[in-house]
Amino acid sequence: MPQAPAPNLIGTSVPRIDGPLKTSGTAKYTSDHNFPEMLYGVPVQATIGKGKIKSMDVAEAEKMRGVVRIYRYGNAPKLYRPNGQDENAHVDETRPPLEDEVIYYNGQYVAMVVAETFEQAKAAANKVHVEYASETPNVALDLSDGFNDKMKEISKRGDVDAGFANAAVKVDYTYSTPIETHNPIELHSTVAVWDGEKFKLYETTQSIMNHQAAMAQMLGVPKENVQIVMKFLGSGFGGKLWPWTHDVLAAAAARDLNRPVKVVIDRRMMFSNVGHRPRTQQRIRLGATAEGKLNCLQHDYVSDTSILDEVSEDCGEATPYIYSTPNLRIRGEMVVRNVGTPTAMRGPGAVPGLYALESGMDELAIALKVDPVQLRLMNEPEIDESNGLPFSSRHLKECLTTGAEKFGWSKRNPAVGSMKRGDLTLGWGVACASWIAMRMPCKTSLMLNDDGSARIACATQDIGTGTYTIFAQVVNAKTGVPVEKIQVVLGDSSLPPGPVSGGSWVTGTVIPSIANAADNAEKQLIDLAVNGTRSPYHGRDPKELAFSEGRIHLASEPASSGIAFDELLRKGSLRFIQADGDSMASFADPNANKHSLHSYGAQFAEVEWDPGIARLRVSRVVSVIDVGKVLNPRPARNQVEGAIVMGIGMAMFEETHYDPRNARPVNSNLADYIMTTCADCPEIDVTFLDYPDKVLNEFGARGVGEIGLAGVAAAITAAVYHATGVRIRNLPIRIEDLISGSSNKQHFA
Amino acid sequence: MIEFQLITPESAAQAAQLASASHTAQQGAEIRFVAGGTTLIDLMKLDVETPAKVIDINRLDLAKVEKQPDGTLRIGALVRNSDLAHEPNVLRDYPVLSQALLSGASAQLRNMATTGGNLLQRTRCMYFRDLAYSECNKRNPGSGCAAIEGLNRTHAILGTSEHCIATHPSDMAVAMMALEAVVHVVGASGERDIPIGEFYLLPGATPQNENVLKPGDLITYVTLPAAAANSKSHYLKLRDRASYEFALASAAVIVMTEGGRITRARVALGGVGTRPWRSHEAERALEGKAASEQHFHAAADAALRDAKPQSGNKYKIELSKRCIVRALTTATTQA
Repeated sequence: MPQAPAPNLIGTSVPRIDGPLKTSGTAKYTSDHNFPEMLYGVPVQATIGKGKIKSMDVAEAEKMRGVVRIYRYGNAPKLYRPNGQDENAHVDETRPPLEDEVIYYNGQYVAMVVAETFEQAKAAANKVHVEYASETPNVALDLSDGFNDKMKEISKRGDVDAGFANAAVKVDYTYSTPIETHNPIELHSTVAVWDGEKFKLYETTQSIMNHQAAMAQMLGVPKENVQIVMKFLGSGFGGKLWPWTHDVLAAAAARDLNRPVKVVIDRRMMFSNVGHRPRTQQRIRLGATAEGKLNCLQHDYVSDTSILDEVSEDCGEATPYIYSTPNLRIRGEMVVRNVGTPTAMRGPGAVPGLYALESGMDELAIALKVDPVQLRLMNEPEIDESNGLPFSSRHLKECLTTGAEKFGWSKRNPAVGSMKRGDLTLGWGVACASWIAMRMPCKTSLMLNDDGSARIACATQDIGTGTYTIFAQVVNAKTGVPVEKIQVVLGDSSLPPGPVSGGSWVTGTVIPSIANAADNAEKQLIDLAVNGTRSPYHGRDPKELAFSEGRIHLASEPASSGIAFDELLRKGSLRFIQADGDSMASFADPNANKHSLHSYGAQFAEVEWDPGIARLRVSRVVSVIDVGKVLNPRPARNQVEGAIVMGIGMAMFEETHYDPRNARPVNSNLADYIMTTCADCPEIDVTFLDYPDKVLNEFGARGVGEIGLAGVAAAITAAVYHATGVRIRNLPIRIEDLISGSSNKQHFA
Repeated sequence: MIEFQLITPESAAQAAQLASASHTAQQGAEIRFVAGGTTLIDLMKLDVETPAKVIDINRLDLAKVEKQPDGTLRIGALVRNSDLAHEPNVLRDYPVLSQALLSGASAQLRNMATTGGNLLQRTRCMYFRDLAYSECNKRNPGSGCAAIEGLNRTHAILGTSEHCIATHPSDMAVAMMALEAVVHVVGASGERDIPIGEFYLLPGATPQNENVLKPGDLITYVTLPAAAANSKSHYLKLRDRASYEFALASAAVIVMTEGGRITRARVALGGVGTRPWRSHEAERALEGKAASEQHFHAAADAALRDAKPQSGNKYKIELSKRCIVRALTTATTQA
């Protein structure tokens, strides 16, 4: 009986294969790992923002019950810097903790108490008395000091000044976004185990391979002597891309004390010691013809970084290619503040950059009296004008038109405050989204077993986005092994090296590597089929055979005529075949290099405004996303919906407040750092256009982690203007700005 | 958090007796009662509260809501916020209290937080909660106030002093103020009743003292006066987000009208005062007047006449006024 071919699961909502582990609470997260004799480390944080430690009194703390050691400058184990030239050992905050007595930012670790229990360590940490020579820190919110002649040119074409001078309609505004703190529900943690020669480190990381290399360099041991394990992550949002100072402190203490050490940092430390999205200030200068054709686009941006490290928020990321304009100039600069070192947050660069650019486009549309959707459609480029390359697959216009239709945009009355729902005023806004598309190098290892099961292994990780399931789907598509018989092994640096979970590139990256492993497995199976004495195809020419739907068969015949791979293995008395997969980065791929590779989207937002009580709520978001072929709509939708929820937070709530007197983040908890709650979540309608981008990989999948956040804040502030007449150029939107009724309020304290 | 002794008493009287050894029942108490723990445990983790002894009162028989023969409602100190919010008598006769309770915190916190504990909820002033600041007159009397020159967007504009501008955070207590609840206390020297209007202290020069409780005083229950027939009420809470945030401004209003005229008004404000803020000024501005927007505005102006904003919270004056007007409008226009 010929069997019906297995349905192709690519593009279907395969349930997460790790779902039952998570819903049953049995998934083992980093801090769930415990070992006999394990100690607990609790860091002590500086309470000044700039200065030096004058003295530290640990006498009382050292005598407390359970205290084993108090590390501080002077007795801390020697630690090293990572090699800044090694891009595979990236660290944002490069200064080894406790290296000297200088305080660079408030919250910096000045000591770490190690004790028998967490409670003992915490109690003793509070009894470490530090005296400081304090200086006045600089956490000025105004970043104008960065707008200077030394700004770095990021992209340029034509003459932006001449374009502006000749423009019929112009806008020229400055926008700012605040410092935002990643607040994954899972606190950063590390459990360090030292066996006398090697480290086994359980980490909260979005990049086990980078973590391995960086930790080895900072600990001063060969890379092979460091193993990183991360099986499940309670989200990262970019904050867990690179190692932070608590990681090395824990590992060094474990080695020094020859006992496992666990460090789980607290929520307050999450606000100072593990990165944040830096503050940005951005000038957008747009000029257009009277009809609305852009003839100049200038985007100058400044972000703040720490004294210790230069981490830039590259706000011009999406600006060079998103619109057609003959004259463009993008410049960027950093200014130094007494804050912890910034790091990437979901959609770094493009997200704050598109808030500013898309706000500028909305202001231009109003100045032109052109519909803001039309303005974007009118300025769609044919090619990437920044480098002359064709787009691999770009459907931004369709994102806009589909979104407009779903949202009901044609019913929009552009007059401010003109649209009502009962007693509420409605505001409708739109903004475009874009994000890079990329592949990284990736190795995988595929096993096909004699019981019909498969195993795929890769030293990448699932940060909660569905990567485990994507691996299983691709293996299923390439081998025919059912998803429930595929074991996906990730999150261990001893596996073949895979990519960082960042840049939305994991899905696009692993497809060609798994495909390559499957091709190599096929070669081995066909070899076995023609050489195995008990094989039905013994003695055949390998060129006559094919591998599909899990069966070796004559290429000229259907798969059902052949022999299942597991039967072939059993006939040959083989437990399994194991095949390596290898794929290169898109930037090393000659064909990919001939294209401009990006994802696109359009965000439509509706706000409800109750002027009587100054209450603003986002009531509806329609998001149309062009990320190539969507491998699994369920987690993909989950990513975009989550990003929109985060975008509402970016627009309306989130800001880390630093006390100007001591540079301390003062709202360092989940009650005072306001984020979107379920009650704030509107109706969200996500559409994927689903056009495969075959330049990136054979299924045409790009990646969906970040794009959903881009444009959301600009769509919301455009809607707020439409409802209230108040233009919010400094995020977040605040009740006081809406009450005051005037645009362009500066929040500079 | 420091090590502490946990004690489980058999009776309210024993609990009071044990706690009477503390030198104060205010900030710095070395003996504390714990019920839901949603404030105390939080502050103990931060070392803002460092009691050597914690008396767990959860097993005492104080978790009942009972309608009394005189029509009053007696609410046990251990009645959880979520239970109280859905209690039939409360829903029918004191909807303003249910609304206030349900606007507070999160479902999880409301399941733990108790009636007595919520009356004693401590401020969310960021400087009070952070030991990195030595200046906090509430935590460390005489040390100064870091909030006055600091970030004070969420701080109080009514009842402040040069020593403290911390906001009382409770929603429930605001409704209780409007309802003129009575707090019953068992103390080392017996029982007494404290009208809620006399329960809270202004910070003045001693912001460490937040209420009139003395060492050993244990709140056993709260009594609500019999519900006035024909009264209409509303609790409105304004804040940045829709849930799980303390009020930037809130209002509990209870009004009785006769022929379109207000015969009796009770107005209490949250999010703006150093204590749950009863506004007699607003009530006087309303009583005897027509239930009209003009008089609601006059009442709001009267309520905020003495407001003293800080550098970061001037907007609260306008927000609080709008809150009062809307709460009165909603209350008086409901069926």
